[in-house]
Amino acid sequence: MKRFKLLVAVFLAVVLTAGIALAGTLEEVRARGHLIAGVNGGVFGFSMPDDKGVWKGLDVDTARAMAAAVFGDPNKVKFSALTAVQRLPALQAKEIDVLCRNTTQTLTRETINGLNFAHVNYYDGQGFLISKKLGIKSAKELEGATVCVLPGTTTEMNAADFFRANNLKWKPVVIEQTAELNKAFFAGRCDVLTSDMSQLAAQRSVSPNPAEYVLLPEIISKEPLAPVVRHGDDQWFDIVNFTVMAMINAEELGITSKNVDDMLKSKNPEIQRFLGVSPGMGKALGLDDKWAYNIIKMVGNYGEIYERNVGPNTQLGLDRGLNALWTEGGIMYAAPFR
Amino acid sequence: MEAYVQKTPLEKLKPPVTHVGVIGWVRTNLFDGWFNSLLTLLTLYFLWEVVPPLVRWAFIDSVWNTTGAVCRDADGACWSIITTNLRFILFGFYPYDQQWRPLIAILILCGLLFYSRDRNHWNKYFGYGWIIGLVVMGFLMRGGLFGLPGVETTQWGGLPLTLLLSIFGLTAAYPLGVILALGRQSRMRAIKVLCVVYIELIRGVPLISLLFMGSIIFPLFLPEGITINQILRAQVAIILFTAAYIAEVVRGGLQAMARGQYEAAEAIGLNYFLTMRLIILPQALKIVIPPTVSILISAFKDTSLVVIIALWDLLKTTQSTLSNPEWMGFSREAYIFVAILYFLGCFSMANYSRRLEKELSTEDH
Repeated sequence: MKRFKLLVAVFLAVVLTAGIALAGTLEEVRARGHLIAGVNGGVFGFSMPDDKGVWKGLDVDTARAMAAAVFGDPNKVKFSALTAVQRLPALQAKEIDVLCRNTTQTLTRETINGLNFAHVNYYDGQGFLISKKLGIKSAKELEGATVCVLPGTTTEMNAADFFRANNLKWKPVVIEQTAELNKAFFAGRCDVLTSDMSQLAAQRSVSPNPAEYVLLPEIISKEPLAPVVRHGDDQWFDIVNFTVMAMINAEELGITSKNVDDMLKSKNPEIQRFLGVSPGMGKALGLDDKWAYNIIKMVGNYGEIYERNVGPNTQLGLDRGLNALWTEGGIMYAAPFR
Repeated sequence: MEAYVQKTPLEKLKPPVTHVGVIGWVRTNLFDGWFNSLLTLLTLYFLWEVVPPLVRWAFIDSVWNTTGAVCRDADGACWSIITTNLRFILFGFYPYDQQWRPLIAILILCGLLFYSRDRNHWNKYFGYGWIIGLVVMGFLMRGGLFGLPGVETTQWGGLPLTLLLSIFGLTAAYPLGVILALGRQSRMRAIKVLCVVYIELIRGVPLISLLFMGSIIFPLFLPEGITINQILRAQVAIILFTAAYIAEVVRGGLQAMARGQYEAAEAIGLNYFLTMRLIILPQALKIVIPPTVSILISAFKDTSLVVIIALWDLLKTTQSTLSNPEWMGFSREAYIFVAILYFLGCFSMANYSRRLEKELSTEDH
């Protein structure tokens, strides 16, 4: 009995002290010595391990940039692969510091789920892939089509909305596994494959006859994919938010991982502020003034990580499209650093 | 009239060739009546249709060590997906240059298991051997001492994770299951009710929901800043789940014991624990070997469900390889490889249980 009482006392002590020791996420991350980022783990080009188990991808590089900003070392980040159901509870239960898992920013996630979405690191949208043989030019002509779609996703709901809104009949073919779903489509089991455009382009590039398939022009949903943090820690939110913006601004300013050292000598006051030559920006975030320099030097600017992971020269072969800088016809636009 | 007497023994006639040897065997076993002949012919035709193309696909036309692009042009199986990604499939995120450590750990484990097959080897020293082996394995996997860099459990994956979850899961679940079964038979009301409620609750929900509870709901109840290892959570869920099923199987064995066995034990003055340990359990557990093993086998396969809480077990690392565009579409080869690994595990369990049954059999033959 005595031992039991002791046990209860210890347990209560742990609970209480843990409750008191509510430090900010930045302090916790610093004390731990590394950042923990939730990622998808199964999307090539965004977050996936290579054959040596090293994480690669756009989301992965975004998280590495945060580690570079906080620690000056892009490798001080641990990745936790999460499923779609797990990702939000894991963030709420503080198992991860930030979620970079191609998560779409929505109103309910911001409010009811208590999350803050940082700047978008990839603008995606749902589209349709069809065989050229069908001779269809627009998704509005898809009357009575059989559609291959992944069940239980916003993709499925978006497709349902689209067909209902346009008064079209459709027959969904739902298959749980992405790989099997794609196989079914390329084997001709359905007329249409619907998913995010980035996914469809990737699937087409590895299909037996890529030239036989076309992406329809309609994009039926907006999918702004962004890193996410919990409500209630504004400083940490700012760090995550401005890490993404730093990569975008660097591209706009023409700073790359190759020329960043030369840029330190630049006379442009904007670049001087950005790289911490004239101090202030880092301090405002609670970081070292070299934070942006470290991101660009160690990870690269947005254009670089885009080209490296999903750009035209990779297997995904995705054009910049919406993800080009605002000065080049896209909508990637970041707040000024001043 | 002289009687005919055969002076020399007649030459022994062999039975007609159609009744002995290969032909005889074929006649009696394969072409015994029109129906069986028909079945045999159908089977032969089926084999003829299936086996040569399969061999051609799997061996003759297959490619073994190429890039994904070459595979796409090949007619046969693309085993390159396995050879190229073997280390990731087997070891997941374990640091690439340290992967000899899980490899040695697995070899030690297999060695110990193999040596344990023979019950004559079971003695105190071999018990120590197991303990040392487990400590060495844990040290190899975890590192952090004697110059070996530490590897966190979040980086464990692939085959070591599958083996860890199943072997520790099964060894811990078995005694727990036996205790629960005994508790359910107990004359003490509180213990009995507790055990019944536990068993029925756990059996009433699928393993997936237990895993979800462990990985998603449970952490929300923990105080802030305290997290419990993800692998441990899955491990506990698997143990709790398997134990409930084993308990019911063991209860079947206990009920099969004749009343006289209990009475005889009481008559010679054994108390409850001795009765159970010396008389009842040895007999009851022996009876239930076959159903127990089938539960263990299905629990071994169920460990692949940890995919849904994003633990990278053998199946998940394989699936991850398949979502790389270079290897997309070669799911047949990848799944065949995983199936072979799982089959090896399940088959050796089944094999061992048959052997154990034979050894423990007390009936006269």
